[in-house]
Amino acid sequence: MIEIEGVAKTFTLHNQGCVVIPVMQGATLSVARGDCVGLIGASGAGKSTLMRMIYGNYLAAEGRIVVDGVDVVQAPPREILALRRETLGYVSQFLRVVPRVPTLDVVAEPLLVLGVDAEVARNRARALLTRLRIPERLWALSPTSFSGGEQQRVNIARGFAHDYPALLLDEPTASLDAANRDTVLELIEEAKARGAAIIGIFHDEAARERVCDRVVDVSAYTPRAA
Amino acid sequence: MIQGETNGPLLSVRGVTHMYGKRIGCADVHFDLYPGEVMGIVGESGSGKSTLLNCLAGHLVPDRGEVLFEMRDGAVKDTVTMSEPERRMLGRTDWAFVHQHARDGLRMNVSAGGNVGERLMAVGARHYGGIRAEAVDWLDRVEIAESRVDDRPTQFSGGMQQRLQIARNLVTGPRLVFMDEPTGGLDVSVQARLLDLLRGLVREMGLSAIIVTHDLAVVRLLADRLMVMKDGQVVETGLTDQVLDDPQHAYTQLLVSSVLQV
Amino acid sequence: MMDLRENGPETATEMTDYNFAYLDEQTKRMIRRAILKGLAIPGYQVPFASREMPMPYGWGTGGVQVSAATLTPEDTFKVIDQGADDTTNAVSIRKFFERTAGVATTEETSKASVIQTRHRIPEEPLREDQILVYQVPIPEPLRFLEPSEVETRKMHSLEEYGLMHVKLYEDISRHGAIATAYAYPVKVEGRYVMDPSPIPKFDNPKLEMAAIQLFGAGREQRIYALPPWCRVVSLDFEDYPFEASKADAPCDLCGADDSYLDEVIMDDSGTRMFVCSDTDYCASRRAAGHVGAQGAIEQEGAA
Ligand SMILES: Nc1ncnc2c1ncn2[C@@H]1O[C@H](COP(=O)(O)OP(=O)(O)O)[C@@H](O)[C@H]1O
Ligand SMILES: [Mg+2]
Ligand SMILES: [Zn+2]
Repeated sequence: MIEIEGVAKTFTLHNQGCVVIPVMQGATLSVARGDCVGLIGASGAGKSTLMRMIYGNYLAAEGRIVVDGVDVVQAPPREILALRRETLGYVSQFLRVVPRVPTLDVVAEPLLVLGVDAEVARNRARALLTRLRIPERLWALSPTSFSGGEQQRVNIARGFAHDYPALLLDEPTASLDAANRDTVLELIEEAKARGAAIIGIFHDEAARERVCDRVVDVSAYTPRAA
Repeated sequence: MIQGETNGPLLSVRGVTHMYGKRIGCADVHFDLYPGEVMGIVGESGSGKSTLLNCLAGHLVPDRGEVLFEMRDGAVKDTVTMSEPERRMLGRTDWAFVHQHARDGLRMNVSAGGNVGERLMAVGARHYGGIRAEAVDWLDRVEIAESRVDDRPTQFSGGMQQRLQIARNLVTGPRLVFMDEPTGGLDVSVQARLLDLLRGLVREMGLSAIIVTHDLAVVRLLADRLMVMKDGQVVETGLTDQVLDDPQHAYTQLLVSSVLQV
Repeated sequence: MMDLRENGPETATEMTDYNFAYLDEQTKRMIRRAILKGLAIPGYQVPFASREMPMPYGWGTGGVQVSAATLTPEDTFKVIDQGADDTTNAVSIRKFFERTAGVATTEETSKASVIQTRHRIPEEPLREDQILVYQVPIPEPLRFLEPSEVETRKMHSLEEYGLMHVKLYEDISRHGAIATAYAYPVKVEGRYVMDPSPIPKFDNPKLEMAAIQLFGAGREQRIYALPPWCRVVSLDFEDYPFEASKADAPCDLCGADDSYLDEVIMDDSGTRMFVCSDTDYCASRRAAGHVGAQGAIEQEGAA
């Protein structure tokens, strides 16, 4: 489902004397349906950078990142957008939403853009928000005013609204209490069971043990200073 | 956004160049816009955004280049060389143009209902009751109370005027919307409401849109794709979040790091 | 159709101070060309180089120039001002052409070959050997909503007339009905939208007539025209159809119930009566023995 081969990444800071910072080289990994791969490595090793490249949020300098047949490195924006809509979900560390949109609609939106009936989409959103213990009185409010933990759970609900065949999870259990952490891990297990290919970053070792089939240490792809 | 039925682009821009004498307005711009896509154009003031938008919308004649538009019957026509009546017809049916200043996009001495109804009447609607009902429906969609249907835009707040402009433009079910700084001059909470409204309409109507703005927050929320302009040239294009989070061009990096006051 | 004989200077022998009908021959030729163009493109506003006339704008200098270019020495000329032959305006224009063209004048509609009018069409149907000349203050029907001349010209040329209905829409939304009672816009031959000058909308159906109709706007330098029996449709909505309304009463003097009426306040106590706005029409009906509700009283008093 996800095939990564020889991926490199450099940042060029044009406005700081054109410094070129190589951050990754030769990253290679593949994730099959129903598999969950954990990315590990020290802070700054490039876990989030790799995940962002898979999502098309960062531009890879070299290599191939093929998700469900689409090479994200080469594909035009339109194809990446379609991929994100239908195939590839991403739970980032921070929730980014339009102000003023009610929480329920924030969660339902990934289904609405797929043309799912509005009531069906909202029912799915209600079910997820309930499972993640967001009190019903908050559903009509915009999550912009929520606490960090609440925002993170809304973010997760949104990321699981559509049954994406591939999922990227950047620290989904950080800042959650035990009960909610458990719910998130359940959601991941359910996704695996229906055949989703998952790449996750978990600082929480127990969580990693529970859901990951194997781990990849991205430090292995850190370019050696010449 | 939901993709349209056809596979081809709705709009293909090929080498569009517009000069103001010796000065470059915009130069050699290329891009394709597909049905349902929203593209943002950003750049500092004077970078050529409005010039390009006006060339695309038929308000300015480019010196060079083609603007190929897929008509409703599937035929692809160059809007630069098509006859003026045909272009103006597109301007009041398939295209919408939301101006930065409501006074440029509204008739200030005509009621809200008349403003919304104008495009319907322009395409032949001749039933007063029907026109009014449609106007009221559209006012409702842009969150303007039915009781204001006979008020003039001069009695409206800035945010309401912008929403009225949107209703007036969308009433004929256009396929392509041009917006020049649609939230400029509005305060932040009013902007948010307008953006939310626009997002909803774009999704429900499957609209394609080109939004010119210098506000990166606006494009992050509204645009799927981004084009960055500087001195009339396109310096970078790509997925909106990619361009903003991993800008490649020196100018975009400046823009994003908000070193530049745009 | 139209008699456009050149009137050489020799016909103006008795008017040593003036050219025939005041204007020089070249100017009249220029105006006639505009008239012919107007007749060829019914409802289209033809620009012309309006001349200074020895009367202020608003006194019908456009109509006067068109009349001057149209009149021949054999013509019989009539002038009406809102239907009446005897207002200061009507009298002075009539005098002007008596003096400068030496033409015969009349107050009888049927005897006139050229009729200059301000804001009315005579009640008596006109014939194909007659010409009706309108004085027009604002020739552009789109002006009310679109101030730009460049834009209105473009709208005419591209037949973009949605705006015209916006005006009617505004009327209904504000007054519950199309309140436009004068200068009610029309579409000519399915093509140009035209301002028929501030005639009451009661007169609009009469715009389809046997006579040639010429419209002159002096200040705005425009001439337009309707050839005989040209199709003239008043704009409206399906659910608010055009109505050629008038006061719902017969003329108090001649009893006519088919003519456009003026409401006249008779005395300080506010007694009012309705009388034909077309004074010649009323007078000829009374001469033929028709009597209205107050007409008899007046006769008694006169006796
Ligand atoms: N009407 C004009 N005449 C001359 N130069 C113009 C005109 N409009 C824009 N320009 C110039 O063209 C360039 C692009 O301007 P514009 O399209 O308005 O940029 P933006 O919309 O990005 O602010 C600038 O150099 C500007 O000064
Ligand atoms: Mg601009
Ligand atoms: Zn009478």
